[in-house]
Amino acid sequence: MSDVEAVFRESYGRAVAVLTRLLGDIDAAEEAVQDAFLTAVQRWPADGVPPSPAGWIVTTARNRAIDRLRRESTRTDRYRAAALLADPGPPPEEGAVRDDRLRMLFTCCHPALAPAARVALTLRLVGGLSTAEIAHAFLVPEATMAQRLVRAKGKIRAARIPYRVPAAADLPDRLAGVLAAVYLVYTEGHTASAGDRLVRTDLCVEAVRLARQLAELMPDEPEVLGLLALLLLSESRRAARVAPDGSLVPLPEQDRSRWDAALVAEGQELVRRCLRRGAPGPYQVQAAIQAAHSDAATAEQTDWAQVLALYDHLLALAPSPVVALNRAVAVAEVRGPAAALALLEPLDLPRSHLLPAVRADLLRRLGRTAEAAAAYDTALAVAGNATERAFLERRRAELTGAD
Amino acid sequence: MAQYLLNLVQPVGDPPPPEVLEPIMRDVQAVSEEMRAAGAWVFAAALHAPEASTVLKPQGDEVLVVDGPYVEAKEFVGGFTVVEADDLDAALEWGRRYARATGLPIEVRPVADRGV
Repeated sequence: MSDVEAVFRESYGRAVAVLTRLLGDIDAAEEAVQDAFLTAVQRWPADGVPPSPAGWIVTTARNRAIDRLRRESTRTDRYRAAALLADPGPPPEEGAVRDDRLRMLFTCCHPALAPAARVALTLRLVGGLSTAEIAHAFLVPEATMAQRLVRAKGKIRAARIPYRVPAAADLPDRLAGVLAAVYLVYTEGHTASAGDRLVRTDLCVEAVRLARQLAELMPDEPEVLGLLALLLLSESRRAARVAPDGSLVPLPEQDRSRWDAALVAEGQELVRRCLRRGAPGPYQVQAAIQAAHSDAATAEQTDWAQVLALYDHLLALAPSPVVALNRAVAVAEVRGPAAALALLEPLDLPRSHLLPAVRADLLRRLGRTAEAAAAYDTALAVAGNATERAFLERRRAELTGAD
Repeated sequence: MAQYLLNLVQPVGDPPPPEVLEPIMRDVQAVSEEMRAAGAWVFAAALHAPEASTVLKPQGDEVLVVDGPYVEAKEFVGGFTVVEADDLDAALEWGRRYARATGLPIEVRPVADRGV
């Protein structure tokens, strides 16, 4: 990855958030930030990367925006250019609430936007993902996603969806959409949808950072703590999840001594803290499932009965094909692969490799080798991540007696 | 400041009996008065039912006169209010109060251009 690319991943969201506050318009902000990155591509190879690349991008984007407003010389724009010049630049951080990115999050997750649009906007404007990457995360064609983003930004502008963190009274209601969006940013980072790297650390770190900010902002919301706990427990296994050669190590095969003990302890403490409040929600239960895995010193010591009970609870709270699929994995451990295989029949997860991959594993364990091989092929046909593909190919090759 | 159209979405059929309707109308009136007091009220009207509608359809050089609403539906816009508001959240807050007062859906739509 080039220097500019690295800075882009790191600071696109922050720069767009700052510029949106300065310009009052997301499209104008994105355009200015993209201009700044183009300038960086031209200059940095010769001049070297500036000492504070993220700050350079914001300053350059602001100057580009002023140039543009001056050129497009309507009177309103000239006033805006003057106002921008008078602005001494982005003020220092004043706690989580004032964070421009938090503001951007609440705007992207406004309830007047369709849920799918909220997550897409968050991934684009906060996570800095490309349209293609978001399309893959959503399992939809890229053109569909591009149109969804354009429409959503059009609605923010036309309906004047405000750029601010909601008032205290409205916060709880506005939270659900934000939590869902942050969670998806993490899952995209956790298993990058495309490319040759399994984990996009920047997105994972970003999602954890956002979850921490939310926990600071709303320490009394159990679901916020639940989301943070879930992300921390997941994050604790990041190093163990990828082998030195870059290949995927599934949970039962992970070297548990490589789990980050501090993150495990923090996650488990959070799970206990939020569950004590007696208002369990989907994130808290998912965190409790991960805490159960973290409790086991070896894979064999996993309390699968408890994991299955938690999945039953989760399926009641938030039924979805993905939850049903994960529950089936727990069923396989408690009642055997045949019982789990039957549960997969009614599930429909188009364009995802997860369902055929789980099916393949269950068939393999049942000794139905030819069917397992066919299921691995189905999974391979849709898996976009090179590391996951390599894992599936390895598993397929390990089948004995397959053609 | 922007303007928003708050459409009251009403089901087709007879309106509720007076003993139900009257307290609703009092609540709606109270919201409208508050809106005026806040300087947010721009314009409002209650509409007759869609059976009273007539549609004009240009056809070549002619304009045809046809009975009925433009689109037959199970719901129709029974009335509307135009409010002035800083942003969507402020408009939604007024809409929310109408929705509570009437028990009916409110469609909040930004006004694009006031000059036409």
